Amino acid sequence: MSAAQAASDDVLIARIAQGDRLAMQVLYGRHHVSVFRFGLRLVRDEQVAEDLISEVFLDVWRQAGKFEGRSAVSTWLLAITRFKALSALRRRNDVELDDEAAGAIEDASDNPEVAVQKKDAGEVLRKCLMALSPEHREIVDLVYYHEKSVEEVGEIVGIPENTVKTRLFYARKKLAGLLKAAGVERGWP
Amino acid sequence: MAMSKKMLEQEPSEIEMLLPFHAAGTLNPRDSRRVDEALARDSELARQYAVIREEYAETIHLNESLGAPSARAMHRLFAAMDAEPRRERSSSLNLFARLIRFFGSLSPRTLAWSGSVGATVLLLQAGVIGAVLLDNPNSSLQMASPAGPPNELKTRDAGAGAPLRALVRFKPDARAAEITSLLDSYHASIVETKGGLFRLQFGHSALTKDGVAALTEKLQGEKIISLALPAS
Repeated sequence: MSAAQAASDDVLIARIAQGDRLAMQVLYGRHHVSVFRFGLRLVRDEQVAEDLISEVFLDVWRQAGKFEGRSAVSTWLLAITRFKALSALRRRNDVELDDEAAGAIEDASDNPEVAVQKKDAGEVLRKCLMALSPEHREIVDLVYYHEKSVEEVGEIVGIPENTVKTRLFYARKKLAGLLKAAGVERGWP
Repeated sequence: MAMSKKMLEQEPSEIEMLLPFHAAGTLNPRDSRRVDEALARDSELARQYAVIREEYAETIHLNESLGAPSARAMHRLFAAMDAEPRRERSSSLNLFARLIRFFGSLSPRTLAWSGSVGATVLLLQAGVIGAVLLDNPNSSLQMASPAGPPNELKTRDAGAGAPLRALVRFKPDARAAEITSLLDSYHASIVETKGGLFRLQFGHSALTKDGVAALTEKLQGEKIISLALPAS
């Protein structure tokens, strides 16, 4: 995110704190897809992920006056999203959710082994990324997709910076293990 | 011995753990330099970095394939906002103080990128423009400005002596940075926005009739402007 957008987000939050609905529309337009995708990767249910969006932005509407600007608005939004997603997951039976989610998120594409046979390494990698644990998924997404720094990931997930780095390392090792099991050797580890 | 190999068998090194952040471009300049130097002298590490770049690309691909939410989420949000108790506009909320705090919190790298106080002002203006471009085209943008009339946005002092004002519509693909650059090159400021039109003021002194015509024509020739008309 550029400094210009960060500054602009900060202005929007100041206006939202004063009850400006138009500013809310702009902020929503700018960040709702990112919030949705981060939430969806955590809860693995599109309906729940959509519900999360309105809950997250309603929190922003209520809490904008308390936003102190110590972190980027996008970091704040992802932290709220994570909190809401974990609450939503706790409301459901985890085992049931995992079974349902696996079915819901499964698409018509090939499973890792079939994809390997077709030599689509990218697809295998994506399948294995989806198979990571929630803890590993979120850290991979935050670093690679949401482009959050070590400090920002620590803030969103609520862990020390060193833990951010080691957790990502072990998420990557797990990913390498899944790829190996699917027949993909990448030369690391 | 290559440091990456040792790390895989035992604990990862600091540099190895920074590789994904380097690929994503989120390291500070010092760490980024350290990683670059390590990559240049360690081929094992460089191989791992290539693997990381694949992971990075496929993670983006995966997330982008998740699509976007339906409009239901937005309708639900605004319905919930309607149900909230109406709040008083807080006069104690000091936007300027918030912005000062924001810029104070930026990293040295970001501030270096910003360059100067002048550039910071441009950033603020760019932010305002960005917000306007995303706005509902039928609505105007307001900022806290106790002395100004409603719906008026003041980014610079309008001054006295009837300087040239023009109504300008930017092309839909105009980028905020281009608009900011244009405003700066013309010494122009945004006075008001309405329905996708910007009322701009040029400098602080009045122009002759020929000067007005020449400036308007020049504006009309700008590649990011679709319409430019003299205005009061």
